Parts: sequence; C-alpha cells; structure tokens
Amino acid sequence: MTHAATDTALQTGSANLLLVLLKARTFIALILVFAFFAFAAPNFLSTANMVIMSKHVALNAFLAIGMTFVIISGGIDLSVGSIVGLCGMVAGWLVLYGIDLGLGWSIQFNTVEICLIVMGVGVLIGAVNAFLITKLNVAPFIATLGTLYVCRGAAMLFSDGRTFPNLNGNPEYGSDTFRLIGAGNVLGLPISIWMLIVVALIAAYIARRTPLGRYIYAVGGNERGAALSGVKVNRIKFFVYMFSGLCAALVGLIVSSQLVASHPATGQAFELNAIAAAVLGGTSMSGGRGRIGGTIVGAFVIGVLSDGLVMMGVSSFWQTVIKGLVIIAAVVVDQAQQKLQARVALQAEAGK
Amino acid sequence: MTHDIGLQIRGGTKVYPGTRALRGVDFDLRMGAVNVLVGENGAGKSTMMKVIAGVEQLTEGQVMMDGRPVQLNGTDDARRHGIGIVFQELNLFPNMTVAENIFINREITRGRIDIDMAAQREATRALMRRLEHDIDPDTMVGDLRVGQQQIVEIAKSLAQDARILILDEPTSALSAAEVEILFRVIADLKKQGVGIVYISHRLEELIRIGDYITVLRDGAITGARSMEGVDVDWIVRAMIGEASRDFAKEIDHPYGSEVFRAEDVTLPRPGGGLAVDHVSMTLRAGEILGVYGLMGAGRSEFLECVIGRHPHAGGRIFVDGKQLRTRTVAGRIRSGIALIPEDRKNDGLVQILSIRENMTLSSLGAFTTGFHMDLGAERGTVRDFVRRLTVKIASMENPVSSLSGGNQQKVVIGKALMTKPKVLLMDEPSRGIDIGAKAEVFRTMRKLAAEGLGIVFVTSDMEELMALSDRIIVMSNGRVTGDFDRKDATETLVIAASAKGHALTPLKEPAA
Repeated sequence: MTHAATDTALQTGSANLLLVLLKARTFIALILVFAFFAFAAPNFLSTANMVIMSKHVALNAFLAIGMTFVIISGGIDLSVGSIVGLCGMVAGWLVLYGIDLGLGWSIQFNTVEICLIVMGVGVLIGAVNAFLITKLNVAPFIATLGTLYVCRGAAMLFSDGRTFPNLNGNPEYGSDTFRLIGAGNVLGLPISIWMLIVVALIAAYIARRTPLGRYIYAVGGNERGAALSGVKVNRIKFFVYMFSGLCAALVGLIVSSQLVASHPATGQAFELNAIAAAVLGGTSMSGGRGRIGGTIVGAFVIGVLSDGLVMMGVSSFWQTVIKGLVIIAAVVVDQAQQKLQARVALQAEAGK
Repeated sequence: MTHDIGLQIRGGTKVYPGTRALRGVDFDLRMGAVNVLVGENGAGKSTMMKVIAGVEQLTEGQVMMDGRPVQLNGTDDARRHGIGIVFQELNLFPNMTVAENIFINREITRGRIDIDMAAQREATRALMRRLEHDIDPDTMVGDLRVGQQQIVEIAKSLAQDARILILDEPTSALSAAEVEILFRVIADLKKQGVGIVYISHRLEELIRIGDYITVLRDGAITGARSMEGVDVDWIVRAMIGEASRDFAKEIDHPYGSEVFRAEDVTLPRPGGGLAVDHVSMTLRAGEILGVYGLMGAGRSEFLECVIGRHPHAGGRIFVDGKQLRTRTVAGRIRSGIALIPEDRKNDGLVQILSIRENMTLSSLGAFTTGFHMDLGAERGTVRDFVRRLTVKIASMENPVSSLSGGNQQKVVIGKALMTKPKVLLMDEPSRGIDIGAKAEVFRTMRKLAAEGLGIVFVTSDMEELMALSDRIIVMSNGRVTGDFDRKDATETLVIAASAKGHALTPLKEPAA
C-alpha cells in the first residue's frame, strides 16, 4: 500500500515536472536558439545586431498580439498583412499630400494627427471584418480573406502600384517628426520597441485582469455557453478584430517611417508569420487558449531563427523549410502538453 | 428460471493513473435476460462496460466468454464476439442520413466498392418498423430530435445482430411512449436469447425491466442478485450505503409576494407553428414551480425565451412587478433572472476554462472596478460558493471538464447564484447526475427557496416533480394544459394534462 502510494506520488511528481518543462517549452526553445546562434554566427550577440533583430521581431510581434486575441476568440484574421500595406499607403499619402479638398485647397496634418488617422483606418477595417462576421454571418476565414484582397487592391490603387518616396515630412506642418517613429531612440531603445512593450503590457493586462479578456476566452471556448451566461458575444468579436486592425495599423506606420517610403506591397504574408508566432506561443487554433507572453516569445523564436540563419548564410529556401518544421514541432509538443495536463488534472480530481 | 452465463469478469481490476476504477470485480452477464447495472457516477459502471466493449483493457483479471478467457483488444474484437454497445453520448454523424449512420463501417456493398443504398434503406425501414418509429431512412440525423437520435443509435446496434447488447442510459432522452416501445424491443431481444446490460439512473425503470441487478460503489460490487424482491430502498442502500432519499423532505416556509410573471410568451417554430404558444405563469418568492411535459412540449424553449436567448420571441416578462424592457441575455441576467440550461456541456459550461473562470463568468462585474478585475476577491467568492454548494474539487484552477457530472452541475448552479438572481430557471437540473449528487442538488433547491428565491424547474421525472414542486404547471404542444397546486395534483391528472392536444394514438402491436 505504501509502495503504491509513493509510486503514484513519484509519478505525479515527475508528471508535474515534465508539465512545467513543457509549459516553458517556447522559452526553452528561444534560449536554445539564442545559444546556438551565439556560437554559430559571429557578431550575433553584438548590441547592434540585437537592436536590429528586435526591430524585426517587433513588427511581427505587433500583428501576433492582435492575432492572438482573434484566435483565442475562435476566429482568424487574414487581413492584417494587407492592412499593414494599406495603412502604410495612407500614412505616405498624408505625409506627402495631406487631404486635397480641390480648388487648390488642402488640409495638412502633423505627425500625431497622421498616426491617429492611420490607426483609425486600421480599427475601421477591423470593424468591417467584425461586422461581416457577426451581423452577416460570414465565416472569419472568408470574411478576412475578402478584406485581405480588398485592402491590398486599395493600397495599389492609392499610387497605381508605385512607391511613395521621401516621406521626410514638412516642418511647417509638423510632420517632419514622422521619421522618428521608425528611427528615433529613447533611452537607447528604438521607439518601435517601446511601443511594442506598451502594447504587449496592455494586451496582457486585458487578457488576465479584465472581464473583457475573460470573455474573449469564454467566447472562444464555447460561444453558446458564453452567450447564455450573459456575455455580449458580438461586442467581444468587434473588439478583437478592431484591436487586430489597430495593431496592423501601427505596423504600417512603423514600416513606412523606417523606410521613409511606403510601398503598396508591404506586409505580404505578414498574417502567416503572425499566426505562426501565436501558434508557436501556445495559442490553440480551436480557440479558448493562449497567452500574450507566449505569443511574444513565439515571435522572438521566429525572428531570431530567421535573422540567425541569414547571418550564418543559410539559403532563404532552407530558412523557409526550417521555419515550417519548427511550427509543426511546436504544435506536436503542444498536443502532448494538453494530454499530460488533462491527465494531471483528472488525477488531482480523482485522487481527493 | 435460470439463464446461462454468457460473459464473466473475474477479479477485474482497472487502474488509471492515480485512481482505481475497478477493484477486483466479479461480474456475470446472463444471456436471455436484462442485467441491470447501477451505481453513482464514477462508481465504475462505464469502465466495466468499456472493458466488455473492448474500448479499455483490464489491468488485472480476465474476461471470459462461455467459460474460456478472451482477449478484447478493441471494439473490432468485441464486435466479432457479438458484443454491441449504445453509448450514453450519441456517436452519430449529424451530417449523414439515418441509413448511412446505421451502416457506417459495415456498408452493404456490391463488390466492396459500390454502396447498395436501396438495400440499406430497406434494412433501415425494417429496423424502424421493429422499433415502431416512423423515421425516414433518408433523413439527416442532425434534423432528428434527441429522442429519435437515440432510437437510431439503438437501431444501429440491433443491425449488428449482437448477442450481447449494452445500453448505457438509453432512455434519458426518450418520452414515456418511446420508453414503452424500447422495453418491448428489449423483451423481444430477450426471447431471442440476447444478453442485455442496462445502465440507468431511473431506479423504477430498472426494477421494472431488470432480471438481475448488479450495484457498484467506488469500483467494487456491493450487491448482485436476481431482481426478485429488490426495491428502491435496497438499491439506494447498496449504492450509497444508507437509505436516504431525503430530497422529498418538505421545509415549510411562507411564500412572499409575486417575484416573476410571464405573459403571453410565444416563440415561432422553424417551419411554421408555435414552439411556445401564449404561455403565461406567475411565481412567488420562495416558491418552487415544477414544469412537466413530454419531450418537445416547449418547456425548454419557454425558459430560453425568458432568459432572452430568442430575440424574436413575443410576450412580456415581469420581475418584481416591473416589466423588463431588455431583450438580451445580459440584460435579463442583470434584472435578476438566471438559467441553468439542460445541456451542461454545450450551454452551461466552457469546458476549456477552469472551475473558477466558469463560476464567475456571469458575474465578473462584481469583482471589477473600472477595467480592473480583483482576482483575489474572485478566488474568495469562488471558495465561498464551493463550500456552500459542497462542490468536491481538488483545485479551482483545474479545467471544469475534469469534474464529474454532479459537480459540474453544482458549478453551473454556482455561476447562476453568483448573479444574485431573484428567479432561478432550472432545466432538467438532475439530468445525467448520480443519485447522491441529485439529492444534494434538490436539497440546495429547497434551501434556496427557503431563502426567498423563486424557482422554476423543468423535469420529465414524475417523482422529482411531485417531491419538489409547490405548484405544478403542465405543458403540451407549446401550451399550458394544466396548473395544479401541489395538494391537488396527482400523477394521473398530470399525465392526462401532458397528453392533451397530442391525440395520443394507441400504439400498434408489433407486426408479427
């Protein structure tokens, strides 16, 4: 009897340890990837490289944060890459031309106003997505696939497919600070990184400490059950798609500011990287499960992996293959963790 | 009359990581008889049946058929030995027709490639005649009522010509008339020498139909005998170790003033007609109102209208004499109405979330200032409700799906109570939970009523209805067909009212 008891205790103990390791797996993967490149790629650990890399990561991380909320709520947002492109073009247009009223009159904007308008555009497209999904009952995949095309086409129409160059702005209108979004530093860190930190903290706070966050999980876990519990399901969906649109707009601003130009093809396939980061971070595609922290780590794994491989001189074809394999491996491990977690919980409930 | 033993388990022990689901059970399955199996949820009934059906394998001990040990390593093995099972959860494909479902994985084919639809349809029709149900073989299973789906599931195992047939709670979704038909089919199968294992929580049903009874408690057999001389008290004693069915105990308390009134509630049925047809009722504080009716009488739909799930429902709802303007679920909950839905899994809980998160889902506002949620206060309240409702859990952070049915139900009740309702709507609150948990749920209902809550509960169980209700309303075909004070209500009156408007056709004798 005592034997059996210690046996079970041991089993439970090792299962718990394994579970902790599995839960931290993305983080462990990140450390391993870091360690590997620190050895394999010269200059990988230099400060300059770190800053460049985190700038790359930040772009994907923004989209992935928005995407995480959407996926937790049981949906998907394929339009974010196109929103990045469109918002970049809107920003470029506003910096270069302002809004032309005809008859030689035009309204010019300063940097803050431009940012607000562009963010408004992103939120509006998100609202359109949510409207299609909630009111017109279009499946999220299809609805956002539609807006993906529409937004990309609209971005092309802005400039007939050409690039808006030299977005230096005009000091007279107060738009010369536009470049700082992508190029400025505060306390040694790029502004875009600060923005990411703020957005990530807000998102994590929403997810864990607000009713809104709880409702997002509930809607993704069981929409009918959530509705019968008094959760305003449509409102929650509007929020997640609008938030995702907002994140995409921020990326559009940052990219065009960094490049001092906006190109209508910017952001192509960004949505797939965002989904990959979310999934890598443990977000379940069937909804109801995921964490902002996990997504950030996931975005870093993807970013570090691709930048590191570039530095090692691995061909971009192989990079793509490796990225795919990492994503699949992540989901396989995730499934193992789910099983183990369910077993430990069942044991705990049965054992008392 | 003696029956041959067709299948035996000897010293059957099944260990799951952390628990012993079966502890050295000796079970005899007699052919040409109904072997009844009872026990609380988690007593090991399902595990034992899964062993027989080849879904699970014993850790120790063996299964013997006709005196020889057999290895049942999968459902295929079991099927080869002539064992068929109807699981409690329906295993049907809603997107396929009745005939396709019945012959899934055993399709009648020409040359193993081309499915002979005509033959399958004909065989299905024959099965449906035998089950006395007029279900078209080409209907999509998803379009059938739950009761009809259960019939299809039974037909599926009949089609396999099983020598041993396991029925796990087959009547939980059937109406009284459908149950009668099923019982006739069972009697028929018995005559053909089929050994039937019958699992149910409805004790009267078991006594009526069973020839042998086996009672399980905590994975061990606490009673096994022929059904002769067995009564409900004996079963309950064997199940929970004491003769207690005290949910019938009356606590007398005065009723308050009217707390809830529904007037002319209507809900159109998809495809014409009314699912809820001008239903009105009133409820006083502290009163328990039982709503009885057959499947499809519109009881659940009525409760759903009250909670605001159907935005296009008509009628007026009053709480504390004030008419509610709001038509949303959230608004109705805020006005003091709470619903405990019939379908715990799909409507009541978010399985993937923790016990804590499920309990507070309807009342997060109480822990929130501005945007900020006080998780400490949340945990405290949950702890409080877990204690009050005696929910047995190891940790409130575990997923709610790891709990037994009875404890899940208590979580749902906790969620409803946290919204501080004045009116509690309960749809089949005892469905699918064991007798111990049932008694606790009923005690809780009595206590809540005594504290001044108004309760409307829907049930199909006559005994429950009579034991719990202060007043009884009977519905049939979407209408209220009876309104009795508990003192005046008799089972005959209630049943007569529940059949009104149904033109109860006398059941045909089975075709020879």
